[in-house]
Amino acid sequence: MSDIRADFSGPSVAEAGFGDYIALLKPRVMSLVVFTALVGLLVAPGSLHPIEALAAIIFIALGGGASGALNMWWDADIDRVMKRTANRPIPAGRVAPDEAMALGVALSGFAVIMLWLATNALAGALLAFTIFFYAVIYTMWLKRATPQNIVIGGAAGAFPPMIGWVAVTGSVSIEAALMFMLIFMWTPPHFWALALFMKSDYHKARVPMLTVTHGRKATRAHILVYTVALVPFALLAGVTSIGGPVYLALAVGLNLLFLMGAVSIWRRSEAAAQEDGYRAEKRFFRFSLIYLFAHFMAFLLEAALARLPAYAEFAASFSLLGGA
Amino acid sequence: MAIAREHELHKRRSGRNIGLAVVLVGFIALVFGLTIAKVQSGATLQAYDHSYRPALDPDHPRFQQR
Repeated sequence: MSDIRADFSGPSVAEAGFGDYIALLKPRVMSLVVFTALVGLLVAPGSLHPIEALAAIIFIALGGGASGALNMWWDADIDRVMKRTANRPIPAGRVAPDEAMALGVALSGFAVIMLWLATNALAGALLAFTIFFYAVIYTMWLKRATPQNIVIGGAAGAFPPMIGWVAVTGSVSIEAALMFMLIFMWTPPHFWALALFMKSDYHKARVPMLTVTHGRKATRAHILVYTVALVPFALLAGVTSIGGPVYLALAVGLNLLFLMGAVSIWRRSEAAAQEDGYRAEKRFFRFSLIYLFAHFMAFLLEAALARLPAYAEFAASFSLLGGA
Repeated sequence: MAIAREHELHKRRSGRNIGLAVVLVGFIALVFGLTIAKVQSGATLQAYDHSYRPALDPDHPRFQQR
């Protein structure tokens, strides 16, 4: 008796593994979505059943992932050209473009309907709008049309805490809007700092990045302008129901440091930056990550401290806006 | 007679199948949990159940506030 052997001695067949489908959903972006949506959900007044909260976070993340798949489907031609993205599942030939599109559309509809059923219609509608905004407005339309693409794309990343908030409360309030603005205004300086020191090949893909279209000096000025514009939103959140003395103290320190970093980037010449290997730009980029994370952690901390009656009474005197 | 699985492609397919199975089982568990949570949070809800119940009608004198 002999074994029947399937002989596949030819070249390796490009067929997607489970991990390729996960990669289509951009898991690293998803982790930021999960974190900010979770904070929005936890700091909102009222509460969800833990299972409802878990479902809400899963479906918000899935919606974000679905828009990532649609982004990869549409941008496969760009991804093929750029070194950083050439190994993504579609340009690498592991997933067919149509398959990625189908996955993106199906998961989008699924995530929106499930979020609606698990929480409320407004949360579902906001998730649908976020997917539409990222996949259509940003990816298909503005990304290749304007060097302000980062600014516009930032809006899609800014929606998750608002959706988390709406999942609990059923309505949008000033607190949700300020969490949105915090991420929205933070995104441009964060990415433009990266663009200054990362030699990317966006020009090869003909994507208009500010560093290429307007030059590095203009990018440095843009970083400063957006950082200055970001500060009021970060501080205003401190005088709403999600803020408080601890948040305010932290926000003042963080924003001062962030502003100082932006000013130092603005004042530097390209020659000086090249000389020290973009030290200030790299430091500013790393700090921008801490900046956003610390603000959202401070919201969480305020929500936890508010459970102590004595602190809640003290913190209420800081709450000048909203009061949801 | 045994069919020997030789190719890496089989591993990928099996990984995909297992991955999908885990996702589906997770989804079933989530929907089950959601159902329990929704039913629990709606525990005080009552309906007419085929016949009119004055105790549930806010316009009726025998309405009982819950």
